Amino acid sequence: MLRIEYVYWLCGALLLAAGVFEFRDRRVAQAAFWTILAACFFGGDFVLDADKAGNTLPAQVSGLAVIVLAAIAGSGLLTRKVHDDRDADRRRASAERLGNRLFLPALAIPVVTLALVLLTPYVKIGAIALIDARQSTLIALGTACAIAAVAAMLLTRASVKTTLHESTRLLDALSWAALLPMLLATLGAVFAATGVGDAVAHIVSAAIPTQSRDACVFAYAIGMALFTIIMGNAFAAFPVMTGGIGLPLLIGQHGAHAAVVGALGMLCGYCGTLLTPMAANFNVVPAALLELRDPNGVIRAQWPTALALFVTNLVLLDWLAFR
Amino acid sequence: MNYWPLLGIAIVVIGFARRMNPALVVVVAGIASGLLAGLSLPDLLALVGRSFVSNRFVLILIMTLPTIGLLERAGLRERAHSWIAGLRQLTLARLLISYLGVRQFLSTLGLITIAGHPQTVRPLLAPMAEAAAEKIDPALDDAQRDRVKALAAATDNIGLFFGEDVFLAFGGVLLIQGFLAQNGVELDPRNIAIWALPTAIAAFVIHASRIAWFQRGLQRTAMRNAEQKAADAAH
Repeated sequence: MLRIEYVYWLCGALLLAAGVFEFRDRRVAQAAFWTILAACFFGGDFVLDADKAGNTLPAQVSGLAVIVLAAIAGSGLLTRKVHDDRDADRRRASAERLGNRLFLPALAIPVVTLALVLLTPYVKIGAIALIDARQSTLIALGTACAIAAVAAMLLTRASVKTTLHESTRLLDALSWAALLPMLLATLGAVFAATGVGDAVAHIVSAAIPTQSRDACVFAYAIGMALFTIIMGNAFAAFPVMTGGIGLPLLIGQHGAHAAVVGALGMLCGYCGTLLTPMAANFNVVPAALLELRDPNGVIRAQWPTALALFVTNLVLLDWLAFR
Repeated sequence: MNYWPLLGIAIVVIGFARRMNPALVVVVAGIASGLLAGLSLPDLLALVGRSFVSNRFVLILIMTLPTIGLLERAGLRERAHSWIAGLRQLTLARLLISYLGVRQFLSTLGLITIAGHPQTVRPLLAPMAEAAAEKIDPALDDAQRDRVKALAAATDNIGLFFGEDVFLAFGGVLLIQGFLAQNGVELDPRNIAIWALPTAIAAFVIHASRIAWFQRGLQRTAMRNAEQKAADAAH
């Protein structure tokens, strides 16, 4: 059966290859960074299994690894490689020769992913399902990427070494931004374990005049957006703000329509997601991927839409929840 | 109630405002918040390590890199560029607004991983948008190029966010339903998803207008540049 661990091992292999290539280029900080991250991918399941069995030592070692990774990122040693553009003519000639066939492997990623997700319940060898249904989208994406990579290698007649070289080039462009989404998810877990959310909900509900319906609507919507901006994730803000304001005040005290409060509260949070560097994989990673000079360029491109939509949500909430 | 862990939030805000390295800021904030909550150092390290490896799935996007890297080396971006340059009718606004509509529609059907920044924006949408922008203004400067690429990324985000919430089996809808059910409010997911529809429509209208507006801005500067050039040539 295809399990998510195999995808993690492939990711680990890509990261390890990046570590080796960087080491050969005598870029030691980069080499250490990718190798440690690779180790987390290979050893992750061992860490989680040991942790479940009551042995926390491997988890503590990974915790130390996280601190080392952050220290390398913060040290400023992860400089990007300067790529010369000598290749431009060769690329244009190759583009001319391969034409629209170049699009096929790129399009294979979404198409194969979709096909595998849809086929998950039906693909079986005997009685055993080929794809673990609990994680079918992630496994499908990983498998599709592997198939697309092979297709791209065949199309461009590239060796495995060239392929790993190319993925290293892109990882190098991403640099520490690649790590940020995982770190932010970790911060979310720490904040949840230390009661940060409850403290915020407490302060907000103590600060607003609860008799006023409009004040409660305002506080809920702004609270969702602001807490999402801080946490980088509307899913983390939702239980905190809905538990602190939405349920007791809007639904309980003022009789708001629960489905409307839930849906529009979440959407207010999404407006916050568009505004924050904490939502790294939507805002910071693409800026690095597109090699923008301004790391906040994507946020700058979307704040007017976010603000207009937030006002829309606020009006809709006030109107639809109390029909 | 212990309010001290809130200092972790303060560290995040100050760190980002002072433009320190985000990875470092986030880890320092987590450690500070954990220690202030009274966690022992070994427990805190274990919590950090456990959460980190449990969230490996968010980095699965790197699986797209070998394909994208190879295709780029073989001229994918150049091809996307020349393909768009050859299509007369396809303006920047038409390209981005169509992408927005398709992305949003597919997301409402739950097809979320079908597109994204590494899969579609970097290899396809961004170079196409650049090519379309060059048709408006052949003398596009680096800052404008960056704004075009950033707008392409923003368009993907907005299409995704304000489409997926209309999808019934989407994690967000199920989270809303689950959380309300835990607190004694039983709802059908259909009842929740339907209220995301007005915002989805508003998102399309607002962002599409902004794209059109952006294109108009480009046309204006292009006209000014052309006049300038003509004036310089006349001298």
